[in-house]
Amino acid sequence: MGTLDFLLQGLLVAAQPMNLLYALIGVTLGTAVGVLPGIGPALTVALLLPVTYQLDPGGSLIMFAGIYYGGMYGGSTTSILLNTPGESSSIVTALEGNKMARAGRGGPALATAAIGSFVAGLIATLGLAFIAPYIVKLALVFGPREYFALMVLAFVTVSSAFGDSTLRGLTSLFVGLTLACIGIDQLTGQARLSFGVPDLLDGIEVTTLAVAMFAIGETLYIAAQGDKGPDKVEAVRGSVWMSSMDWSRSWKAWLRGTVIGFPIGAMPAGGAEIGTFLSYATEKRLSKHPEEFGNGAIEGVAGPEAANNASAAGTLVPLLTLGLPTSATAAIMLAGFQQYGLQPGPLLFATNPQLVWGLIASLLIANFMLLVLNLPLVGLWVKLLTIPKPWLYAGILLFATLGTIGANPSVFELGMLLAFGLLGYVMRVFGYPIAPVVVGLILGPLAEQQLRRALSISQGDITVLFTSPIAAVLLVIATLAFVVPLILRARGRGEVLAQLAASED
Amino acid sequence: MKHFFLASILAGALALPAYAADYTIIAPANPGGGWDQTARSLQTVMQKEGISGNVQVQNVPGAGGTIGLAQFASQQKGNPNALLVGGYVMVGAILTNNSPVTLNDVTPIARLTGEYEAIVVPAASEIKTMADLVEALKKDPGAVSWGGGSAGGTDHIAVGLIAKAAGVDPTKINYIAYSGGGEALAAILGSQVTAGISGYGEFESQVKAGTLRLLAVTSAERLPGIDAPTLKESGLDVVVENWRMVAAAPGLTDEQKAAVSADIEKLAKSAGWQEVLKTKGWQDTYLAGDAFKEQLSKDVSATEAVLKDIGLVK
Repeated sequence: MGTLDFLLQGLLVAAQPMNLLYALIGVTLGTAVGVLPGIGPALTVALLLPVTYQLDPGGSLIMFAGIYYGGMYGGSTTSILLNTPGESSSIVTALEGNKMARAGRGGPALATAAIGSFVAGLIATLGLAFIAPYIVKLALVFGPREYFALMVLAFVTVSSAFGDSTLRGLTSLFVGLTLACIGIDQLTGQARLSFGVPDLLDGIEVTTLAVAMFAIGETLYIAAQGDKGPDKVEAVRGSVWMSSMDWSRSWKAWLRGTVIGFPIGAMPAGGAEIGTFLSYATEKRLSKHPEEFGNGAIEGVAGPEAANNASAAGTLVPLLTLGLPTSATAAIMLAGFQQYGLQPGPLLFATNPQLVWGLIASLLIANFMLLVLNLPLVGLWVKLLTIPKPWLYAGILLFATLGTIGANPSVFELGMLLAFGLLGYVMRVFGYPIAPVVVGLILGPLAEQQLRRALSISQGDITVLFTSPIAAVLLVIATLAFVVPLILRARGRGEVLAQLAASED
Repeated sequence: MKHFFLASILAGALALPAYAADYTIIAPANPGGGWDQTARSLQTVMQKEGISGNVQVQNVPGAGGTIGLAQFASQQKGNPNALLVGGYVMVGAILTNNSPVTLNDVTPIARLTGEYEAIVVPAASEIKTMADLVEALKKDPGAVSWGGGSAGGTDHIAVGLIAKAAGVDPTKINYIAYSGGGEALAAILGSQVTAGISGYGEFESQVKAGTLRLLAVTSAERLPGIDAPTLKESGLDVVVENWRMVAAAPGLTDEQKAAVSADIEKLAKSAGWQEVLKTKGWQDTYLAGDAFKEQLSKDVSATEAVLKDIGLVK
């Protein structure tokens, strides 16, 4: 039987009423936990594992997959409306999405996120069905030096994409990199910058930092301005739905986001965030309206949202074909498989085709359900913005605090949340971009570990970093991305960039 | 603030006196890992076997379990309904992190499960047997890179012991730490490292599919159903077992200790637990009372010695 036959058979399995119900429960739960900052799909699946012990394997795995997809989607809603990223993979969405929401374009922002997630989820799931074995081979070629080159590329593109003054952007990035050094060094097991505080040994939680910087910092900033706040929030301006202009600007971003997100999700050390960063940087560079970036460019929502959903499907590639979990949620799904005595790996497609294809098919269905569930709610969600400011921001504070406490019930974590909130406020007041701090915290340790692993394997030979063809190509692209803007600046286009910077907060 | 927190926990505990046999199990790790799975299996079996009506699992991740350990020792003192899952990795982490709270500050109840380590190479590797690997290691220790879990963990300790048994300076080993067995697996499959070491379960499906070659396992005797020699057969006097245990809070009365021990014994002997061991591929290493205490202190001193040899503990 060919792949298509298997997929059709899988659709039959997934379309059984009970399995449809599990998928519905999954996506609804997933959306709900995705909305709450701190509580992610990983924790939810872990909590449900013992509950689903009595269910049949197919049903519960379908539900878990629904939670995963739903969580990826739900994070975008709070990012866009409240500037409070629920998951680390929706941090980028907050950048443009929240600006759009404040300009009365929350509806189109939510819609492009929903449809983009759907399109990306659909393509990536089909990709999972048809090209999983090839993607896995590509992912395995990536060793430490290739990852390091990828990180260099991410650093270069990201630091030039966020913020408009390079110096301020880099300053923020280095604040993030410094925070990233805190905790136990992965390679030697020694503690760094923890000052004897045990709570710091595991480093700083990305969601805590992101929620603090975005939500708490923002709230303090608004509160400090009192009634003189310049930006009057308009809930709806123009249509709640996407205009034809929005469509034509979104669809390419969706496709590019998918192409970036899927393979990166499939990489063992990838992770959804990196795909969203790269997608954002790509959109900004390719956009015909670069001046809108930072003020609510729809491409900046469409691309990253597509990328994070595509990477969720990408994560399932190594999980199903190698038994290799590349995200926390995937790790728990692996435990879910094992609970039924199933070992994901090269043999799973052969030994349990019904289960695997049922799962893949149910992802298609879950994806469709998410769209149906969320699009009609867009009109309702944007009403959130009409809530009077003091109430809204009080709500955000409560939300952010609860989420953090829920994820890690410790007084110290709460203290960090407030401290980083203050930092976020100060940075806003002095005009430093926030996103590079979070980017630094996420990418810093990855880049450092991969570099040190590469050098350790080669026993200190630096040339090893350039001798692999993939690494070399990535590094050349990174160099170009660094040098070309410098040349453009030198030729006078820098003035345009500088003007843009002046109008930025 | 801290007092308020403690007070609210205390108030919560006092408010529900009717459910005396309810347990709260602290898994000192993120959801998904071995300790989390152990805690959640305990939860399922305790409820199914009627040992406890209501069991909660709480994740307190961080620093090889030492954060959860410290929090458990201070916040649950004297609480007979709180349990902590821990294991061999915690023993190492306490030493490398210089943790102020050690296993002496809690009440170890029993060892429950164990998992042996497996040493693998990619199928395409020139190394065919453990002897080949040892020879390569002796020739140039730095040229043999080992991919495994976190630094100072069971995998790292096992490599240190292997080097020592082979007469190679353990400080010279080239150990590449990955954040978990999964990420290490990708590096091994992609031939990024010479050899891989982790719990056998991490490699099982790859070994069966023929993409990885199993060189040896770290058990004392051959494992049933696994076609691989032990390290002892390969001429290396090394046995490593990644065991997991359950501990109770400090400051319990002897009666309370006995009650918890009885519950855990009932659990370990139950059919439900045996079923869990089988599906998860864990060895039954149940050991309680003084025998466990003795074994624990032996493990602690042996681990301290090897970590000093590797150079992770001064």
